[in-house]
Amino acid sequence: MDKSRKVVVLPCSGIGKAYGALSREIAYELAERVRPDKTILTCLPLLVINDPDARKLIMECPVITVDGCPLECARKSLEAAGGKASHSCQSIRFYVAHKDLKPEGVAQLNDAGRKLAGLAADELAATVDRLAAGEDA
Amino acid sequence: MMETRVKVGIVSCSGEERPEGTVCRMACRRLLEQETDKTVTICLPLFIAGGREERTFATKYPTITVDGCEKRCAARATETLSAKPRMTLLIPEILRKHGLAVPEKRRDYGPDEEPVIRAVIEELAAAVDEVLAKA
Repeated sequence: MDKSRKVVVLPCSGIGKAYGALSREIAYELAERVRPDKTILTCLPLLVINDPDARKLIMECPVITVDGCPLECARKSLEAAGGKASHSCQSIRFYVAHKDLKPEGVAQLNDAGRKLAGLAADELAATVDRLAAGEDA
Repeated sequence: MMETRVKVGIVSCSGEERPEGTVCRMACRRLLEQETDKTVTICLPLFIAGGREERTFATKYPTITVDGCEKRCAARATETLSAKPRMTLLIPEILRKHGLAVPEKRRDYGPDEEPVIRAVIEELAAAVDEVLAKA
């Protein structure tokens, strides 16, 4: 088993709601600060157009989807492209756990939202470590 | 009599992987907030994850797509899953035209990135007016 495989983080692509922006910020926190050596981002729309490189990536690596609303575009687009999420979550659940940090803003998150994204990424780090090691989420 | 005004549908690349995607999202979002009476939008993956309502988006609205790279996900997804867009914009072409470089980061945009965002908003606003004039 490949122990050094990367974990793909696939966030919601929403441009209309704060929880979409929160999903994306969680993905950036994971890929740039918390686990830069173990994670990789890919654009969700690449799966929508069936891009061969993106499809190869999601078929070969474990994937974490982070959705912004109950429509679950990230998880559903992954499945439509033939993949399966190793771990799925909705960004609102992190707000439910940290009610003092209300995410606001769509183009860019407010300070509370950015702090919440950092906490969420810290919480997901253990899941990334297990998946990167070839274990279950 | 109630006025029925045509609005332009904006479909933005979300490009989480690249700075150009962030430029797309921010410019489109700000244009949508400036031109609420002229524009509407849809999250691109809803063409797959949504229902019939979402898939008829580009048949209901004359649509402009804004893409961050040559893969042109927004244009291709809109045409394949909904209907052919009226206009397609590409961030690298806009920035080349304005003599601006692509930002190096994917988030936390501020004054350094503002000229880039403004250039895209300017081009997109002109495209919206052009599409509306022909509608």
